[in-house]
Amino acid sequence: MATKKFMFVNRKAPYGTVYALESLEVVLIAAAFEQDVSLAFVGDGVYEIAKGQSTDGIGMKNFSPTYKALGDYEVTKLYVEKESLEARGLTLDDLMDLVWEDEDEDYAEKPSIRLVSSAELAEVFDEQDVVLSF
Amino acid sequence: MSTLHTVNKSPFERDSLSSCIRLAAKGCAILLIEDGVFGAMAGTDHSDMVSGAMKDASVYVLGPDLAARGMSEDRVIDGIQVVDYSGFVELTAKHDTCQSWL
Amino acid sequence: MKYSIMVNEGPYTHQASDTALQFCKAALEAEHEIFRVFFYHDGVNNGTRYTVPPQDDRNIQKEWSKLAETHEIDLVICIAAAQRRGIMDADEAKRQGLDGDNIAPGFRISGLGQLIEGGIIADRQLVFGD
Repeated sequence: MATKKFMFVNRKAPYGTVYALESLEVVLIAAAFEQDVSLAFVGDGVYEIAKGQSTDGIGMKNFSPTYKALGDYEVTKLYVEKESLEARGLTLDDLMDLVWEDEDEDYAEKPSIRLVSSAELAEVFDEQDVVLSF
Repeated sequence: MSTLHTVNKSPFERDSLSSCIRLAAKGCAILLIEDGVFGAMAGTDHSDMVSGAMKDASVYVLGPDLAARGMSEDRVIDGIQVVDYSGFVELTAKHDTCQSWL
Repeated sequence: MKYSIMVNEGPYTHQASDTALQFCKAALEAEHEIFRVFFYHDGVNNGTRYTVPPQDDRNIQKEWSKLAETHEIDLVICIAAAQRRGIMDADEAKRQGLDGDNIAPGFRISGLGQLIEGGIIADRQLVFGD
């Protein structure tokens, strides 16, 4: 099967709607199909990877640990739009520590999150073959 | 690579249109559909943003969605092309990828 | 052109399914091919045969079923999303010990792999949602 660049665009906060959870399920399948997978977190989508999510009080499943597994599935490109983060008074420190292990460098841990400007992310989007928005 | 971006939400309801404009590369196309057609109207608080985007992107609006909402094609921002569903299909064929802003 | 279509919302509440239908009809008229339509999130609700919309309005489920039959289009409902929302075919209902199924003609239930496959095989992927 051909390898295409698949981009998953996340613009919605978690828990208020189901899109964050169900889009993550698609990402894992795309990775299993050995496609070139990237994720972008734009607008309220940046909240999907906020640190310290605790859902006991709302009776919903906390699915944020699943983002940590992305590295194991070779999904290593998680673009976060800088402007979206700043507009929300957030920094990288407020986001989960998401990493992947580079087997070419002795399994050294590297960050999966790539903080990019709008202009940089626009270029990334324009290179994609398939863009799925949720 | 050139992308066809579609925006289906009103700029008064959501940031979909402004996000699209901010993140669309030069030379792309933007098609306003469903409630997104309100972004095509002249004389609104968002018209300048859309006119500004037209320097780097071709902007289109889906005629049937305008008509459904009682919006006259006469009042669409100058330079925005009105297309029907077959025009929508043509745009998807002309550009390499489609990106939806929901 | 070969198209892969994703429908993320159910019938009537959002225009997504209607726009997808109109797009598919226009694409077919222009002699393009619709490789697959994949229904995800609440989109799975397009595939229940128990909707009874008002007589003077369109019947979205029947329009999809008719399109599938006339043009041999593959309509796929995501199994994970369907299980969450109660869309069942006979086999799945039996497996789950349920007393009935509700899937509409022309639709089939399958996995997310079908969506990814659509994206790989088709020339263009479109998403209709909220």
